[in-house]
Amino acid sequence: MMLQLSGVHAHYGHIHALRGIDLSVQVGEVVTLIGANGAGKSTLLMSLFGQPRVSAGRITFDGEDITRLPTHIIARRDISLVPEGRRIFPRMTVMENLLMGAVLADPRNLDVDLKRMYALFPILEERLEQRAGTLSGGEQQMLAIARALMARPKLLLLDEPSLGLAPLYIKKIFQTIRELNEDHGMTILLIEQNAHHALRAAHRGYVMQHGQITMTGTGRDLLASAEVRAAYLEGGHAAA
Amino acid sequence: MPPLVFANDAPTAAERLKDASGVALIALLLGIPMIGLTTADQGGSLQVLTRWPLLAAFIAASFCGRLVVRYLLDALKRRRQAQDRQAGAAGAKETRRGGRMLESIGWLAFGLALVLPIVFSDNRYVVDTATTVLIYVMLGWGLNVVVGLAGLLDLGHVAFYAVGAYAYALLSTQFGWGFWAALPVAGIIAGVFGLALGWPSLRLRGDYLAIVTLGFGEIIRVVLINWTDFSGGPNGISSIPRPTFFGLPFVPSSDNPTFATYFGLEFSPMHRIIFLYYVILVLSLLTNVLVKRLRKLPIGRAWEAVREDEIACKALGMNVTNAKLSAFALGAMLGGVAGVFFAARQGFISPESFTFNESAIILAIVVLGGMGSQLGVVLASVVLVLLPELGRDFAEYRMLLFGAAMILIMVWRPGGILSHREPTLLLSSEGGRRE
Repeated sequence: MMLQLSGVHAHYGHIHALRGIDLSVQVGEVVTLIGANGAGKSTLLMSLFGQPRVSAGRITFDGEDITRLPTHIIARRDISLVPEGRRIFPRMTVMENLLMGAVLADPRNLDVDLKRMYALFPILEERLEQRAGTLSGGEQQMLAIARALMARPKLLLLDEPSLGLAPLYIKKIFQTIRELNEDHGMTILLIEQNAHHALRAAHRGYVMQHGQITMTGTGRDLLASAEVRAAYLEGGHAAA
Repeated sequence: MPPLVFANDAPTAAERLKDASGVALIALLLGIPMIGLTTADQGGSLQVLTRWPLLAAFIAASFCGRLVVRYLLDALKRRRQAQDRQAGAAGAKETRRGGRMLESIGWLAFGLALVLPIVFSDNRYVVDTATTVLIYVMLGWGLNVVVGLAGLLDLGHVAFYAVGAYAYALLSTQFGWGFWAALPVAGIIAGVFGLALGWPSLRLRGDYLAIVTLGFGEIIRVVLINWTDFSGGPNGISSIPRPTFFGLPFVPSSDNPTFATYFGLEFSPMHRIIFLYYVILVLSLLTNVLVKRLRKLPIGRAWEAVREDEIACKALGMNVTNAKLSAFALGAMLGGVAGVFFAARQGFISPESFTFNESAIILAIVVLGGMGSQLGVVLASVVLVLLPELGRDFAEYRMLLFGAAMILIMVWRPGGILSHREPTLLLSSEGGRRE
């Protein structure tokens, strides 16, 4: 088991944001968590890193209890997060952004890892000396993913990677997710509002509502379920 | 891409005339009481006289002046737009060329700084002013680490300047330490103060951090004023020993060899002035090399990353607190070293030298120079020190001049005089990496 959350509660002041979450990610899986705005998806992801601290429950990663570890220590545990809204370093160059991703990694791997990223995202190699803030939204998202991968994580957390991107880039991002998983064996937890793409890319999915997991199943089952279709897909991608 | 056409791109002649007429009308309204009417003493009684021709000239000047100004502003705007359109395509090549040009300007400035005291060897005023500029350059470079690189708004930098100055003053007058021995120690003391002040306050961000640092700056000053036994209070500390040339003092006569007798020169007070100039030049160059090297190391990149996005840094597993603290302590240390030099140069220090005004000027140097730009700090120091000096002839108007210059820089170069950011790492043309 790569990641296991059992009975996790979290609060923002008086707001009870997570109400007893049970979720697990197996090695080599792509798991997606879908839900509407404010359902608590991002809170769940952030609580993995102790921001906010969970008020009850247990989080284990790779067999180790990480519930109470400090944030930057958790981030050193082979987990990489691609934060919501990309959060690249806009005034630094693409190369410098990639180097920041490898800040805790073994420097001997640097050149190999950079080559891997160029192979995965050829556009980044062309733009190495460009300021990251001048990249398009889709390119920035690729940079954010590449930066996270530079740390050689076992588990990659993606927070709404398709947010605000053009359809072509959304496709490319989900292709990358599949490629990472199938060719490189990367375990991925994907948080998305774009339920159609996310469920198609994922082995398993969880549906979140008001701080609780309301449904779970394989990606295909959820995609076919009437409830999910009604809540997240109808109107948008009904023809899928 | 065809050039975009904006509705307001080029105002018609009629629009320009209308605009200028409006200004002329305001000039008329203001001018009637201020210029058109005047009082004169005629035969013991005060009479109101009119000066209509002068008023007419004034209005005509306003009208024409407005036409010219408007035209120039429009031309400037068009050029800016044209530049912006091209800027997108230019990309990395531009960055590199800009970097090379800046580098050559930097070397030129270095050469000028080196020969300045030789050229002006008999002009005390010039060398003194240049020394002041260099003190601000050093302070600016120290603060640049905190504000420009790590993005921490520090309004109390003068506190560390004061700590360094008082550390040297006390070490030398109370314990007989020499300048060179006290220099690193006082720097370290200031750095420790930086750590102590930074530890509790660096969890704050932006405006809140600025307020706390402002408070610390004042606390240090108020303590220095009131703790008379320790710091001499408002009287300050006087007869601080001047630095010596490897043990040779700069004095007219002494039983021991002096700088002048040792080298067989006739004593001149300029020797010390020029020596001090070269001391601060060396200190600031060391600062520059240190900061430039650090910037290319992982810690320097970490500072910049913290400035860019703290949350992303945390997600990457960086210890953000350590990065901030190290930047703060380094900035404090450099400020402290500058303070030691200041105390040694003046021979007398009092809390009055370390008011908030100083912090504001140092911060202005960093911001106007272009945050994070080393050369920008130099240019801004020159401007901010020389402007009040040049303005001496204008007496009470010099702060006005100072303010106007600041506003002009803000309008024309909102990112600072040099907003160019040099990448910490470039690719060589062969495709390999080059540090």
